[in-house]
Amino acid sequence: MDNIAGSKSSLGWVVQISTILLVALWIFPTVGLLVSSFRTADQISTSGWWAALFPSEQTERFRVADPDDNRAARGDLFVVEGNFFEENDSSGEITSWGTSSRAVDAYQAGEVADLGDGETITINPDSSYVWSGTDEQISGRGQRVFVTAVSPPEFTTDNYNTILFSGTAGDNMTKAFFNTLTVTIPATVIPIVVAAFAAYALAWMDFPGRALLIAIIVGLLVVPLQLALIPLLSLHVGIGIGKGYLGTWLAHTGFGLPLAIYLLRNYMVGLPRDIIENAKVDGATDFQIFTKIILPLSFPALASFAIFQFLWTWNDLLVAKVFLIDSTGQTTVMTDQIVNLLGTRGGNWEILATAAFVSIAVPLVVFFAMQKYLVRGLLAGSVK
Amino acid sequence: MNPALQGLLTIIIGVGGCIGYFYLSNQFLDKVLFPAKGPQAGRNINRANLVRPWLFLFPALFALGLYLAYPVFETLRLSLTDRDLDGAFVGLSNYQQMFAEPKFWEALSNNMLWLIVVPAAATAFGLLAAQLTDRIKWGSVAKSLIFMPMAISFVGAAVIFKLVYDTRPVDQNQIGILNAVWLQFEGGAGSFLFLKVIPALILISFAGIVAYVGWIFVAPIANSRANGGGAGFVPLRLFVAAASLWLVYLSIGSLFGIFAFQFPYGEPQTWLTIPFWNSFFLMIVLIWIQTGFAMVILSAALRGIPEETIEAAIVDGANPLQVFFKIKVPQIMGTIVVVWTTITLVVLKVFDIVFAMSNGQWETQVLANYMYDKLFRADEWGVGSASAIIIMLLVSPILIWNVYNARKEMK
Repeated sequence: MDNIAGSKSSLGWVVQISTILLVALWIFPTVGLLVSSFRTADQISTSGWWAALFPSEQTERFRVADPDDNRAARGDLFVVEGNFFEENDSSGEITSWGTSSRAVDAYQAGEVADLGDGETITINPDSSYVWSGTDEQISGRGQRVFVTAVSPPEFTTDNYNTILFSGTAGDNMTKAFFNTLTVTIPATVIPIVVAAFAAYALAWMDFPGRALLIAIIVGLLVVPLQLALIPLLSLHVGIGIGKGYLGTWLAHTGFGLPLAIYLLRNYMVGLPRDIIENAKVDGATDFQIFTKIILPLSFPALASFAIFQFLWTWNDLLVAKVFLIDSTGQTTVMTDQIVNLLGTRGGNWEILATAAFVSIAVPLVVFFAMQKYLVRGLLAGSVK
Repeated sequence: MNPALQGLLTIIIGVGGCIGYFYLSNQFLDKVLFPAKGPQAGRNINRANLVRPWLFLFPALFALGLYLAYPVFETLRLSLTDRDLDGAFVGLSNYQQMFAEPKFWEALSNNMLWLIVVPAAATAFGLLAAQLTDRIKWGSVAKSLIFMPMAISFVGAAVIFKLVYDTRPVDQNQIGILNAVWLQFEGGAGSFLFLKVIPALILISFAGIVAYVGWIFVAPIANSRANGGGAGFVPLRLFVAAASLWLVYLSIGSLFGIFAFQFPYGEPQTWLTIPFWNSFFLMIVLIWIQTGFAMVILSAALRGIPEETIEAAIVDGANPLQVFFKIKVPQIMGTIVVVWTTITLVVLKVFDIVFAMSNGQWETQVLANYMYDKLFRADEWGVGSASAIIIMLLVSPILIWNVYNARKEMK
């Protein structure tokens, strides 16, 4: 339809706007988490994350510095001069202010307020103030004022400091990060090696029962791993592996194999027959053909499975909970720690958002860097 | 030992072991067992070639058998025995106990709801996204962004959406975007449009599509009466028709519900504790993740449609909607089914989202989380295994269908 004149321009607008809406809807939740992870606990609990992107208007109550210590004589009047933001560790630019809680925006910045009997107060946009009056008026407690200030968006990386480098055992994710990495890498590499050999045999070797084996592997693709939990845990405990990394690697290998074999076989079958037969005529053994020809040519399929398995093992919670994490909690992974944080620090969004983003960051980088292979793998694995 | 070091060592041992195994076993076969020289060289080569495939396959088959095939039978056995009685055979009593629990029926009915809503919504959104992004210049960027949630863990997504659904008391600023949007509705004309008219339209179109699908399944029976031929799959067709009638009935029923319902305007809602609807808020998380997958696959399928068919339809005066529903969708029906079944499988195994967001409280239980509860919290292996078998039973139609297709393809 795209190449027929007229139809495109009439629908173009609708399509553009709908796409923008759809994309916005899809990235909004993630952006919210990302923005929240750069805000302080105070900011998160007082305003929505969307407010952080714009200058915020805030009304605060200040008191002029204590006149007994700070007043200075000027002619026959006394004045107190100072700066609210410096004294109160705040910032922004004042737009309006007032002296009564019922009219907090009675005056514009820079205006002089007449407090009666010659007592005056002035507040400038940069929050410097001048309060002047007679000896009697400038005494006791400092004048109370309400200022409305606009402060620019403010972000902090403190949360990442807490999560990555300091913090209590429950908050610090470094250990969980490395534990996750420790689970992920062997659990990605080993199934690839095992599956590649099997896929070669299923694609290019003739033996009785080959079709049946392929059908069985297609069947195993959909077996829910829930069924494997109890039998395998008993098995691991029975043969002495118990709960630990070794059992987790083996479990991930087993659960990843059907997809690995299926993807790699489908890809290898499509390689040109001539190359393999020529190599055979030249006297190459199956082992040589596999390592020297098939493996290098299958790189795209290997890469796409590697990404799948990496994402799956990195993001996994169930297998880690069942096969890895014991009562000591030394081997916790990031997903599990986040679930625990949800329970113990459900309201501390600065910790939760940052922790979640630390665990999401690595898969996102892998995703955007290797999206091409991921898409190719999806297409090979699903479309028949 | 440091786990990282241990991991590195495992990679080296694992990968080295695998390669060493393959290399040495091939060497052994060729040099020692059946050497390709001497008087019987020819026979030996043939024999070696008979054995070699199994050398290549052995580690994979061993792992598959041990980690996937054996557990299916072992779980079946566990579901028929009682751990407290030293594994004595107890027949179906675990199942009876499970069927007597209201929590199980809650999990099952929630799962059925998930099975209808999530694949349907994810496929529909995926189709929409694919159709939209294929027509614009920045389509690939848009695709990446919609596809991105695929890389995010279910737990990460749970945190993301907990922030979206967060609730603050009525006198404070809302920090969850859903409540912030909700408080914009105050019962005026806008609220009527967005909360009554649009949901009603969505329900009506849903009922229409379901009725249409039901009719597609039943029509061949009526036609075959007229032609005197058999339609095939008659029980399946009648079942689908009955199911779609039921769904249409439900949608019409809820249509009245929408207009009768008094929304609590102005009150922040704790979305995850509203019975029945909270399941939908959990489903949104999975739909959000799976739409990208559906979009990628369907977009490839849409691009594979021959241009001529579309051009011919336009020349014949079809409008864009007709082109989409009558020309494009029928041609990618096979792919839609594949996407649908793949998402169905994900739904059946969904555990992390419910576990992290509500842990099955407030009537949001699903089977996988129910099973986890039984296995690791209540320590009832028999009932837990029985529920695992129920998940397996729900998966098996797809399993059979996949195997059937794979066999057909290889012939």
